Amino acid sequence: MRAFRFEALRLPPEAAAMRAKVREFLRTERARGGYASHRTSWSTFDPEFSRRAGAAGFIGLTWSPDYGGHGRSNLERFVVNEEMLAAGAPAGAHWIADRQSGPQIAKHGSERAKRLILPRIAAGECYFGIGMSEPDSGSDLAAVRTRADKVEGGWVINGAKIWTSNAHRVHYIIALVRTSPPSADRHAGLSQLIVDMGSPGIEVRPILNLAGAHEFNEVFFKDCFVPDDMLLGEPGAGWNSVTGELAYERSGPDRFMSDIRVLVELIDHVGGEPDERQAVEIGRLVAHFATLRRMSTSIAGLLERGESPVTEAALVKDVGTAFERELPEVARRLVPVEPSPDDQGNLFSEAMAHVTLQAPSFTIRGGTPEILRGMIARGLGLR
Amino acid sequence: MSMPHAAHEMSAIMLDQADRLFQQFITKDALSAADRGIWPDALWAAVEEAGLPLALVPEEAGGVGLGVGDAALLIRRSAYHTAPVPLAETILANALWAEAGGAPVAGPVTLAPTNARDTLTLAPAADGRRTLAGAAHRVPWGAQAGHALVLARDEAGAARLCLVPGGAAASTALRNLANEPRDTLAFDGVAVPEAMIRPAPDRLAGSLMAQGAALRTQQMAGAMERCLDYALLYANERVQFGRPIAKFQAIQHMLAIAAGHLAAATAAADSLIEAAGTPGFAFAAAIAKSRAGEAAGQMAAICHQVHAAMGFTREHPLHFATRRLWSWRDEFGAEAFWQAQIGRLVCANGGEALWTTITGEAAE
Repeated sequence: MRAFRFEALRLPPEAAAMRAKVREFLRTERARGGYASHRTSWSTFDPEFSRRAGAAGFIGLTWSPDYGGHGRSNLERFVVNEEMLAAGAPAGAHWIADRQSGPQIAKHGSERAKRLILPRIAAGECYFGIGMSEPDSGSDLAAVRTRADKVEGGWVINGAKIWTSNAHRVHYIIALVRTSPPSADRHAGLSQLIVDMGSPGIEVRPILNLAGAHEFNEVFFKDCFVPDDMLLGEPGAGWNSVTGELAYERSGPDRFMSDIRVLVELIDHVGGEPDERQAVEIGRLVAHFATLRRMSTSIAGLLERGESPVTEAALVKDVGTAFERELPEVARRLVPVEPSPDDQGNLFSEAMAHVTLQAPSFTIRGGTPEILRGMIARGLGLR
Repeated sequence: MSMPHAAHEMSAIMLDQADRLFQQFITKDALSAADRGIWPDALWAAVEEAGLPLALVPEEAGGVGLGVGDAALLIRRSAYHTAPVPLAETILANALWAEAGGAPVAGPVTLAPTNARDTLTLAPAADGRRTLAGAAHRVPWGAQAGHALVLARDEAGAARLCLVPGGAAASTALRNLANEPRDTLAFDGVAVPEAMIRPAPDRLAGSLMAQGAALRTQQMAGAMERCLDYALLYANERVQFGRPIAKFQAIQHMLAIAAGHLAAATAAADSLIEAAGTPGFAFAAAIAKSRAGEAAGQMAAICHQVHAAMGFTREHPLHFATRRLWSWRDEFGAEAFWQAQIGRLVCANGGEALWTTITGEAAE
């Protein structure tokens, strides 16, 4: 089984310098009492935090300074992200734009799109949503029916997207749309368009999640016009660019550190002298965590070299999100807790409340294990 | 691995040669004979002829002078082929003995003690010799090895390495699940000349456990890869309901999960290559052995399930790999042994220190 590449990687010295810098920033952020790290994460939407992170130079690291970026390596970006996650920073406003939309625009976008959008993303002022899923197209992404028809100077979109996180508060979404009719090749005829959420012809309807929070939405397009220069790449190249995007979406530390603050609070709650069972179970979680970090680092290295390790990314997400799901389940066996979202400063209880209600999404967003395992099986030569 | 290009090429040639050697000598008959307790003379002679036991001994000390990364890959390949000889133990023992200033010896060399319960002691000198006391359990090929490298405490509590000839200690035969010899050696009264006693390298921190755990981790990564290869092959060949079982989603998902276990075990094993010689090695070994051990059990379970009854037979070679996985995960400290150490450490340091422990900064 030589199909998968997880080469060892030593982070370069400039990554260590970046780590020191972002830690200092996060220390200041926490000292100012800006967020409660035990119940915030990369899905917590906080524009104020994102603006400060942008001003401090921690967004848009990989793209060129010509477009407001910092011309840094993907490994430095990796370090900034894992430090944000470790600190439980509320990085949700800029996360998607920094992780995948910005890099996609930098790679496939028109000159005007790059000049208009990238500097604002890097400043922490411009946020993105992912326009992939539709009411009849979830795991089967190639089944998208939202269409964009060619008109003078651009495209006109009709259709609907669903489960669009933050559609009500982001500036743009990148929509995967059908730009030519379905054919025998299901992956042909798809394109990605950058849609300004302020455009006429867009209606956003909230969908509350099980905790009563408003994160995702349904987005309806009725004759919504998108100019030509907001197309990513060539018309019809959408499937390739969307799968390339998924390598970024699936391999990062946000696929095994979403609830890492539960482990931090668990350790503090257990205290300095754990019993044998607590020591064994906590040790096991730490061993899983450390190993996942190594796998993810290795993919960051492949991405830095310009490769597109789509299958390896699927593998990290499958193993990583299984760890995220298991973590609170182990924690509650080690320390009796009746989680409450407002448990008067019992950080462990509050963290458990937050995570228990979030956990089902970990193995859904960004591709389910069932889909990921199909991709891995293909990589193994089984289909 | 981050190594110079030339070294990379050397490594590829050496591994390729070793692979062919293993393929040639580790036949099913050879494995079955070893299973019955017969020492594989021809295999060991070829292994020694190729210089593999001296892989980690520096060239100036008469060895091959491979890097730690190359040696790790060599051990993985030997385990992929389920080599029924103590090659990993001999590579480590020769390396440690050379590091302590000793001259390498021919023949298989085993290690003792191999678990945290056994303590061996070295009595003060009398007549220019010293005697050992204590027993070591589960010593790999304890009765058959030409020498045993023994870590013992002297009267001052300092850790010493002693190179003891085979047969010097009384042995009681025992086997692991793969029928690899795991003998008890009674060292009481065994005399060791001063020349065969050397201060143990500081990096051992008075124990062979982390080093042994690292060996077993590399071996598990190798044998897991073999298990998955067997399962992929079988799934593509075995036809049921009119098509290869590989075409069924249930089988595909099982094997995808198995690939995740292999990736995790391999990542764990790789981490030991970088940690070699650093202060963080013992912690890395704890992480790696416990993670790979857990993955090994899952891998064996999935691959047997894919092979169904055929894999449960003596006839099919899957068991040569899985019986080793079931043994190795428990040797040099099972998962819980190492997990407890990790857990106690991170709890003692507190929640906020977890992250710097993971990034490796806490150990430096």
